[in-house]
Amino acid sequence: MATSTEALKRPARLTLFGGKGREILLEGIYKANPVTKQVLGICIFLAVTNRVANSLVMGAALTFVTAMSNLFISTLRNIIPRRIRMIAQVAIIATFVIIIDQFFKGFYWQMSKQLGPYVALIITNCIVMGRAEAFAMQNPPLPSFLDGFANGVGYAIILLLIGTVRELVGSGTFLGITILSDSWYMKNLIFLLAPGAFFVGGFLIWILESINSADSAGKSSKPGK
Amino acid sequence: MNVTPVWAIFLGSIFTNNILFASFLGMCSFLVCSNRISTAVGLGSAVTFVMFFTTVLNYLLYRYLLVPLGLEFVSFIIFIAVIAAFVQFLEMFVERFSPELYYALGIFLPLITVNCAILGASLFMVIRNYSFVQTTVYGLGAGLGWFLAIALMAGLREKMGYSNVPVALRRTGVLMLIAGVIAMTFMGFTGMISTQ
Repeated sequence: MATSTEALKRPARLTLFGGKGREILLEGIYKANPVTKQVLGICIFLAVTNRVANSLVMGAALTFVTAMSNLFISTLRNIIPRRIRMIAQVAIIATFVIIIDQFFKGFYWQMSKQLGPYVALIITNCIVMGRAEAFAMQNPPLPSFLDGFANGVGYAIILLLIGTVRELVGSGTFLGITILSDSWYMKNLIFLLAPGAFFVGGFLIWILESINSADSAGKSSKPGK
Repeated sequence: MNVTPVWAIFLGSIFTNNILFASFLGMCSFLVCSNRISTAVGLGSAVTFVMFFTTVLNYLLYRYLLVPLGLEFVSFIIFIAVIAAFVQFLEMFVERFSPELYYALGIFLPLITVNCAILGASLFMVIRNYSFVQTTVYGLGAGLGWFLAIALMAGLREKMGYSNVPVALRRTGVLMLIAGVIAMTFMGFTGMISTQ
């Protein structure tokens, strides 16, 4: 959990979309991306990415929950007693998850059926708890909201990436539109099933880690960095 | 009401619908705590124990409290609160009455509250509409399935210490690829029993 110490060092005061605001956004989306840099919240990222549409919806739901729970936890951070802060955080997170779940049940029944228990499992997603504990408990509401939003978007981008690969290779489509035609493309069903998720995830981490290590090797050779 | 026979649910939850390899639940602690067999066995048994009791407790609460009151939509909060409270009580109980067991399992207990496999088992129990007996068997089977998964992974990782893994794969990449291969072998069981 390297980011928890980084979060502590951040200044507490900032303006929206100013220099600091942009920094928080960038950090969540790219520099300290929750999935690739911190390897958090793997469960959902493997389970719902067999179709691009599912990945999109899940990414949006998670962004909403992280942003809103960060906002509210940060607002209440001086009232919540330290000893029971975990329970308080879980209760706030669960409230927003219930809102999302009821929304899907009411308006997108089909999608709610497909996502199954994974919407509810956002509660135990390490990213949401991690951001609440590491950032929202120490920072004012607005930056916390931005931080939650950025981490959610960072997570959603990875979901989308994996969803695209799996749907394209597994069924030859993108968002249900045929890209690779049946006449010459042999569908690779394993990518829609559980092992495919692990393989795509493993290779994605491999590629990103290679890019990272090349990056840091380049940086360390420069003087003063 | 679900009509799957009890033995099929038991075997199915361990092998064909393994909670880790087929539903991807409990991945975080699976990746972090699988570097030694002894750790894996400790965490695995703690998860099995907690999963069995919380699934049964959650079933009783859901069926006899939430459904009659029409409060199904707060089930997530109730489930997670039951899990957190159960783990807390278990920790105090074990510390008081069996210090040896506390030293063996104690450090794993706080990890379990946020293990999504535990919450997942309760949610699957509701979605699949299990009866009381089916729930009991499912809670036990899913826990044992997770135990089996993390023990298998820990065994492989201990052997992997002697091999030369590419640097960029070392942290988590290779674990995911191994999990993929194990998941593929577990899919082989699907032909024998298919459960829901």
